[in-house]
Amino acid sequence: MKASRRETLTALLFVSPWAIGFTVFLLYPLLASVYYSFCNYSVLKPPVWVGLANYHNLIRDDVFQTSLKNTLVYAAMALPTGMAIAIGLAMMLNAKVRGQTLYRTIFYVPSLVPGVPLAVLWLWVFNGKQGIINAVLQPWFDGLSRLLLHLFHIHVVLNAPQWLSDAAWAKPALVLMSVWGAGNAMLIYLAGLQDVPQQLYEAADLDGASWFSKTWNVTLPMLSPVILFNGVMGIIGALQVFTIPYIMFPGGSPARSTYFYAMYLYDNAFLYLKMGYACAMGWIMFVITVVLTLIALKLSSRHVHYGGS
Amino acid sequence: MDLSKLGLPALALAVVWAAIKSEQIPVSTVAPGPVHITYWEKWTEFEGDAIKAVVDSYNRKQNKIHVDLLSVSDIEKKTLLAVSGGNPPDVAGLYGPNVAQYADDNAILPLDDFCRDYHIARDNYIPVYYDIGYYNSHVYSLPSAPASTALHYNKKMFREAGLDPEKYPQTIEELDSLADRLVTRNNGHIDKSGFMPAEPGWWNWGWGYIYGGKLWDAKSGTITANAPENVRAFNWVRSYTDKYGASELSTFKSGFGNFSSPQNAFLSGKVAMELQGVWMYNFIDQYAPDLEKPTLNWAAVPFPHPADRPDLANTTFADEDVLVIPRGAKHPKEAFDFIAYVESTEGMELLCLGQRKHSPLAQVSAGFYSKHPNPYVKLFADLPKSPNVISPPKIGIWPEYQAEMTAAFEQVALGKKTAKEALDYVQNRVGMINDDYQAQLKARREAGK
Repeated sequence: MKASRRETLTALLFVSPWAIGFTVFLLYPLLASVYYSFCNYSVLKPPVWVGLANYHNLIRDDVFQTSLKNTLVYAAMALPTGMAIAIGLAMMLNAKVRGQTLYRTIFYVPSLVPGVPLAVLWLWVFNGKQGIINAVLQPWFDGLSRLLLHLFHIHVVLNAPQWLSDAAWAKPALVLMSVWGAGNAMLIYLAGLQDVPQQLYEAADLDGASWFSKTWNVTLPMLSPVILFNGVMGIIGALQVFTIPYIMFPGGSPARSTYFYAMYLYDNAFLYLKMGYACAMGWIMFVITVVLTLIALKLSSRHVHYGGS
Repeated sequence: MDLSKLGLPALALAVVWAAIKSEQIPVSTVAPGPVHITYWEKWTEFEGDAIKAVVDSYNRKQNKIHVDLLSVSDIEKKTLLAVSGGNPPDVAGLYGPNVAQYADDNAILPLDDFCRDYHIARDNYIPVYYDIGYYNSHVYSLPSAPASTALHYNKKMFREAGLDPEKYPQTIEELDSLADRLVTRNNGHIDKSGFMPAEPGWWNWGWGYIYGGKLWDAKSGTITANAPENVRAFNWVRSYTDKYGASELSTFKSGFGNFSSPQNAFLSGKVAMELQGVWMYNFIDQYAPDLEKPTLNWAAVPFPHPADRPDLANTTFADEDVLVIPRGAKHPKEAFDFIAYVESTEGMELLCLGQRKHSPLAQVSAGFYSKHPNPYVKLFADLPKSPNVISPPKIGIWPEYQAEMTAAFEQVALGKKTAKEALDYVQNRVGMINDDYQAQLKARREAGK
């Protein structure tokens, strides 16, 4: 009896650094933010209870709606693109070829670049005049302009997409960039692919299945739990997009087309000193994330196959 | 003996020892002697060297107070958090437009009593630079480095376009027609431009003032974003979009490099005329020697006024960095003694010569202008004395208002909205924000009574 009590105490002592850290730095701020979301709170003055006013104001706040819409549109574009590319890469890197490890390393390395230098780097890649993308594209657009002039006598000057300054192209530019970080998801898919039992492929081979039908009927179903996991993580990540647009598109320029939810939240908290409002935004985002995740789980339940069950 | 067994205990011992040691360090320095005050400042590089020289000079001059200077990025946010955490610096170098917001939240101390003791008054300054720190009948901050703006133009580009480099535009209409003549094209694309309202884009909120508009009516405490003058100014912005094409302008603009680089639009000869501040000389000196040698190939002149409003000549955007004492500072008296030194002719000129700016003080010493490297420094010092000097409205919601004005400018410049639509939207939105904010302030005042 005494010994087990001692053991419990020892165990508690060992987990205490984490437990104390969690309570002080996570649980308390988390609960406090629920309270602040019902307050008028500028950080500098004690919070004043205002009930649902923050939530009520958010509903009629245009910029809140714009930022939410931008974020959802971005997530809807970035998520499928990122998943398709990560799965595609993982399948290619799973092929038994010479230098397999080298290729795997090469495709993983980009995702190690931290957000800020990445943003600065891509500012140059997307530069409308000297950027590497438009350096390739612009001659084609110029050629097309000349062609139109010669064939139809239409005088137009066509420009390659203005990735950074055109409201229509800024979000696609960010989606393109997000693919750069596909390495992490790719690694998880790769691990998932290696777990697919070989005998299933052998059986499929005996049945004379084609590559496509093996992918569709064996690989993807066996990979489905991993796809679901990466999908949910992707939803969470895309909804929280902040660092890169914050650096590349100050103030969500052009014309607020890249003003994302987390940016508006940050500005409210630290620039406009509306911490209570920002906390309310944080909790709304939490609810949205939970709902989207539940939808993902629900929709996928018929298509996800867990090995062993 | 297995040495690896000793590894972990030894490491733990080292950590504990280091922790104890590091705790002892501040204790040993706060022995009797000068009072140490901490001073957070945002500047780096040569601007940081200038304030360091001022601090060193102050520390040498007397032995009662010692200023510890710390360079801090994102200073307005960190000061804010330090105040709310109860451990702020004794002096902080914020930006002029922070003053109202921080004063509304009681984050900075009023300095009136100190100013009286040290005989610091409005008369000592070019008025606008004192007024930026004067809010709700209190002095909340005093200026450090000031700024003012003027039209900068590239004489070489004028000559290349067959224009007389000494004939600069007096009116906005002249500016527009000169801008047309300075445009060159390559393959149909704009290669060089005369003027663009969106470049450098730092006063996008303020074009209305150039046309005699205002963003804020202090008397009634209301937003005036869609005043007719402001709409007229944004129509002028839109006229550039309509003339050159939104896509063409943004393609051209996207080729510009960073501001602080030789690829800067003005420094690399891409844009011939630009509204810029007193600091521009530093960048010309650093990145565009061809604008200085063999002859002076750039000039700074007052920004043009609308032809039908000659009373609006000599507009300039005046702004400044400020020194404040945050609430909760441990040595406010000593902190102000240091601030008073910065506000003296000696301290201020040491700072402003080092940063190559003009002085915010009304009087300068005999050699100040002859020692100053910027050939147009006198203009930057004189423009803020003009009755048409512009400074951002002193209201707590200014950061949000400014963000709305910037978004409205972009929508107009990209041709997505008309000037009227964009500004009506701002009027409506910021009007609501202002109502909420004023109500909160009122509630707080009543609760405080």
